[in-house]
Amino acid sequence: MSDFTLQVDQHKYLPLGGREVHAILTVTGTVAQAPPTEAAEVIIIDTSGSMTGGKIREARQAAKAAVDALRDGVEFAVISGDTSARMVYPRGRKLAKAGQSTRDNAKKAIDTLDANGGTSIGQWLLLACDLLESRPGAIRHALLMTDGQNNEGEEAFARALKQCEGRFVCDSLGVGDDWVPDELRKVSNALLGAFDFVRDQKDLAEFFTRITEASMGKTVAELALRVWIPKDATLKYIRQVSPTLLDLSGKRTPVNPLTGDYPTGSWGAEEREYHLCVEVPPAAPGQEIRAAWIKLVRPDTGDVHASGNVLAHWTEDLALSTRINRKVAHYTGQAELHELIQEGLSARAAGDTATATARLAKAKQLADSSGREDTARLLAKVVEIDPGTGTARLRRHVEKADEIELDTGSTRTSQLRQEG
Amino acid sequence: MNCPACAAPVLPGHAFCEQCGIRLEGLPPCTACGGAFEEGYCAQCGRRAPAASDHVELVLDSGSAGASDRGLRHTHNQDAMALGEAEGLQLAVVCDGVTQSPRPETASTLAAQTGVTILAEELKAGSTQESATRAACARAALAVAALATSLDDAPACTYVSAVAGPDLVTVGWVGDSRAYWLPDDGPAVLLTDDDVASAGVLTAWLGADARDAGCRALSFVPDSPGLLMVCTDGLWGYLDEPVSFRAAVPLEGTRALVEHALASGGRDNVTVVLIPVRRA
Ligand SMILES: [Zn+2]
Ligand SMILES: [Zn+2]
Repeated sequence: MSDFTLQVDQHKYLPLGGREVHAILTVTGTVAQAPPTEAAEVIIIDTSGSMTGGKIREARQAAKAAVDALRDGVEFAVISGDTSARMVYPRGRKLAKAGQSTRDNAKKAIDTLDANGGTSIGQWLLLACDLLESRPGAIRHALLMTDGQNNEGEEAFARALKQCEGRFVCDSLGVGDDWVPDELRKVSNALLGAFDFVRDQKDLAEFFTRITEASMGKTVAELALRVWIPKDATLKYIRQVSPTLLDLSGKRTPVNPLTGDYPTGSWGAEEREYHLCVEVPPAAPGQEIRAAWIKLVRPDTGDVHASGNVLAHWTEDLALSTRINRKVAHYTGQAELHELIQEGLSARAAGDTATATARLAKAKQLADSSGREDTARLLAKVVEIDPGTGTARLRRHVEKADEIELDTGSTRTSQLRQEG
Repeated sequence: MNCPACAAPVLPGHAFCEQCGIRLEGLPPCTACGGAFEEGYCAQCGRRAPAASDHVELVLDSGSAGASDRGLRHTHNQDAMALGEAEGLQLAVVCDGVTQSPRPETASTLAAQTGVTILAEELKAGSTQESATRAACARAALAVAALATSLDDAPACTYVSAVAGPDLVTVGWVGDSRAYWLPDDGPAVLLTDDDVASAGVLTAWLGADARDAGCRALSFVPDSPGLLMVCTDGLWGYLDEPVSFRAAVPLEGTRALVEHALASGGRDNVTVVLIPVRRA
């Protein structure tokens, strides 16, 4: 059985005429005892031409490690992808039940993998989706690794993502310095998973094991945040802010005109945080309204696991209305840092040195002041700030891997340290 | 099932919520948009549901009447009133919770109820109006002081009491809630004297953190029929001096006075009690 709690952190007071209400929602899942939840897992290995040599050897090791991490009884498949997607194990277009013999046979099949051809990530995901479709009640998960740039058409990729949305959760890994973080970011946004950079391909197996084990720990297939907002109010955004940044705003499924469900994917024993921003019509001083009513629901059964209120209270007291909740401030800063890095890197790629320098230098400052040492260290490899004059300039030579790590890592957020 | 006003769980068939006291059937729709309330807030516009104490009206057979309202700017009604009768005398206590103190509505409710109970007991035991007035105020002060868990957590309120008969009227007070004598003919008379240093700064109140200023009391013999009015600053702050208010029916009078205070701005909670004083 899984239990969930929902905690709302906010400062409810608004100045007269104030409209924007912010809150951080902390959802915590605790698993009382490990239940035999039905799970389905698809492991997707990039076998495009760029994978030849050491890379394909490490990829085979990693895929075998993932197979070893599968719990007995889990339905699984291993597929390989280049320009199209192919079954590696089992032979037919179906899933196999994990056990000693299926695991051994899967590992033998993985050992035969060779690299050649192009990269069509959308095609791979569509095959995974098709396989997972046969287990509608299960916790459905895919693990994707790639080392290269997606060369299928942008439209075909978007169509494939759309088709997979809501059917399974996909975590993805980029290997080497030739892949494009933006492509895996699209997979992550559409399929509610994380994406990560494996800088040293020798670490690939460890990543595979960790992700597969985390997936095996999930006990609830799908939870949604059901958000009610008042008539005449607007939900400006709802985004996951911890452990990674993930915008859910565009994923609303209407329940009624004032209420919508936002998917959060599958859950185990874990904690995630969400930043909600609602714009409400201002009211008279002393008035208090519910600016949002949040319920954590299982969309399939309609069960409500937890609920909470986000309030707005108008006051003439400036000492009250100018205060900001610490958690809201913290995650607002993290989102700003992410945006600055994204804008800075794309300006740099487009050759707009002025914008790139300004954004990345500001990001460096913010990373320094908010104690994001890893991010600050990576930023220092891209932008150089004269400690005396404060003048910033872009570094001429930047290692591709550093740039990718900065790009990928900016979606990971740090949690606010407990006070005291 | 949950209370539409405060979200506390309620059993089907119950007429009132045990948590907040509101009538469960027929909670009026939201005054802002006409929507229904759900677990404490309007399901349409989100406005907070009214609390049972937001607007209270009381009428006794004797003709005494009181009304108390949250006002337009406060989230809670921290005022409280209690009415009673003993030995043919009309009794009333009105209290105003000190906003800066913790749980002010608890302090004012307890003080008003304790005040009227002790007034009645003392008068039945043969005390004079003035000694009953002082005894009731002292007991209310003890009760409020006992609410504190420390000097930094001391609920507080003002206090004004009235004991009114055809031959003698006695008022007692601590703080800036007031009593007026409104004779049928002639100008209004302010009976109390605010315990304040400068505008809005209280020098006396009931609470564990109050210095023992004691209750101030005043008695007079009415020389004509009239109305005794006891009220909080939420009302008297909006009355022109001298008060020339007349009302044939006290309840209508209290309601009209509250509406006057709300129409003038309603910055504070507003509470008023009117007691008719005339020879049988
Ligand atoms: Zn209630
Ligand atoms: Zn409403």
